[in-house]
Amino acid sequence: MVMKEFMQMRRDRLTFAIMIGIPLMQLILFGFAINSDPKHLPTAVLCPDQSPFSRSILTAMQNSAYFDMVAKPDTEAEASRMLTLGEVLFVVNFPTDFSRSLVRGETPALLLQADATDPLAVSNAVGALKTLANSAMNRDLAGSLSFLRGASTPVEVEVHAKYNPEGVTQYNIVPGLMGVVLTMTLVIITSLAVTRERERGTMENLLTTPIRPLEVMLGKLIPYIMVGYLQMLLIVVAAHLLFQVPLLGSLILLFVVSVLFIGANLAVGITFSTVAKNQLQAVQMSFFFFLPSILLSGFMFPFRGMPEWAQWIGTALPLTHYLRVVRGILLKGNGFSDIWVHLWPILLFLVIVLTIGLKRYRQTLD
Amino acid sequence: MSPSEEVIIDVEGLTKRFGHKTVVNGFSMQVRKGEIYGFLGPNGSGKTTTIRMLCGLLRPDEGEGTCLGLDIVRESDHIKPQVGYMAQRFSLYEDLTVRENLDFTARVYGVRQRAKAVREVVERMELGEFNNQLAGTLSGGWKQRLALACCLIHAPKLLLLDEPTAGVDPKARREFWDRVNELTSEGITALISTHYMDEAERCHRLAYIAYGNLLTSGTAEEVVAGEGLTTYSVAGEDLHALARNLKSLAGVQQVVSFGNTLHVSGKDTVAMESSIAPFKNSTYGWKKVDTSLEEVFISLMSRKVN
Repeated sequence: MVMKEFMQMRRDRLTFAIMIGIPLMQLILFGFAINSDPKHLPTAVLCPDQSPFSRSILTAMQNSAYFDMVAKPDTEAEASRMLTLGEVLFVVNFPTDFSRSLVRGETPALLLQADATDPLAVSNAVGALKTLANSAMNRDLAGSLSFLRGASTPVEVEVHAKYNPEGVTQYNIVPGLMGVVLTMTLVIITSLAVTRERERGTMENLLTTPIRPLEVMLGKLIPYIMVGYLQMLLIVVAAHLLFQVPLLGSLILLFVVSVLFIGANLAVGITFSTVAKNQLQAVQMSFFFFLPSILLSGFMFPFRGMPEWAQWIGTALPLTHYLRVVRGILLKGNGFSDIWVHLWPILLFLVIVLTIGLKRYRQTLD
Repeated sequence: MSPSEEVIIDVEGLTKRFGHKTVVNGFSMQVRKGEIYGFLGPNGSGKTTTIRMLCGLLRPDEGEGTCLGLDIVRESDHIKPQVGYMAQRFSLYEDLTVRENLDFTARVYGVRQRAKAVREVVERMELGEFNNQLAGTLSGGWKQRLALACCLIHAPKLLLLDEPTAGVDPKARREFWDRVNELTSEGITALISTHYMDEAERCHRLAYIAYGNLLTSGTAEEVVAGEGLTTYSVAGEDLHALARNLKSLAGVQQVVSFGNTLHVSGKDTVAMESSIAPFKNSTYGWKKVDTSLEEVFISLMSRKVN
């Protein structure tokens, strides 16, 4: 019996490959890609005060490796727009009279606006800034200014945790869950739906009827799009009633743009089903897609904390972009123009995968 | 109605390769309207592949032809609505009821007055009592009857039935053939592949395929005559020993056991008769019989192997 199982395992190459592939992938993802202490977070600097002190703080921030100064916007409006779009996670704002107040010993306030939709991602950096700003100042305040050092905190760091002031993890997880649930169920369901038709021989019958491949595909997809929407509705309601997640943006917008994401997942499922020989393989392949989606998209672990290669993979996955869309709409109140940057990658993914799926589907019997 | 002169299927030189393997090799045939055309041959001989090429499931690598006057390569979209195809294995939705399966098939074919069409086909196939039963729970014979019903719902002109009676009991098979006969008498043409000799004899014309090649075709009589076998039936004791002895003799081509008799056939009648003469004694009763299709097919099959 054991021998027979091994013999069958050896014949089913794909299953075997996936059995080896999944632990390998987990090893690589958990071992190398995941980092719960994200560094090099994109930061915008608003610094009208060009003084050695402010420069010294910025250098200290850069050296801490938590912050990457990627932009120097001119106005506050521009800075906050970057935050809304998710181009930066932090805006450091020096008051105009920063160095003067400092020299006068007035304990000037340094304002740090943080995108706290993902509290995990920013908390370490925020904590670091508080200590490093003061240690930098204490180093700089030498000579005639050394009397100011006595004060334990020459600079005050004021943190505005935007979008999620209390740092409630659920606010981040629950909207994200919407994307995860859609990915998990839709990919598996559709990959099974077509494989089942083929396994039972009903596909052959369908192909002899006048029905066209596109009609079969759409006919398969439409019911599951509805299922996807039902799931979304369930999560939105639960998020609001159970977890009090704020719903700042337009729900209609969320539901409309979600069609792209749902479509992308269904296309993946259909494509898998044209490759899989049986239902087991279809489930395994879905899992193979699901694993990086959940780990590399920024759902469980901060996206910016991952090494660059992992971020590249993450960028290719629709869930990564969809998470930003959902969090943007629900937590930040993003409008369509704000989320477009995250939508077109999903659209591109959808088009590519659907093309592969249709191509493969045509060859199914031939 | 006997088969008319109108040609329904006319293909020439059909060839299909899967990788390096040629599954169908230069196959040609003509099927006339109202005819039951039998497709015979060992497993893996290319029967299913040929049927699939006719209904547009597969694209032939070489060759051309028409089905219902339409080009099988370029116009398969127009052929499909006029053909009823029944696959080798049961391929309906087991988790739908009989009626739901019929209704779905009717929808897919875009049948007008669907309810009426379903009702009529249910009546015709006497499926009424199973209307609301799940297709998966039907017995083999009824599943096959439902499959035929699904083939007929859009009033096709041509039926392509791929081993429709495999695994079905003799009574259901007989009823199935009665129905097919009835349909062809109404002008529908049927192409049926089968392994059963009694079914082969019920076809108007036959084609025998082996390893992708058409070996012979024509009416049952023509096929039998074409092979030119002389057959003796012999009864007696210890036929096993006799069979062993006979097989190696000159002129004896094949010795096939039929229950309590052996059928001994050969093409070279003179040689065979002189070979069996020593065994014509009181132990065995010899009788010259008509060569049946079965002997012809066994002969065809062994010839190809050699």
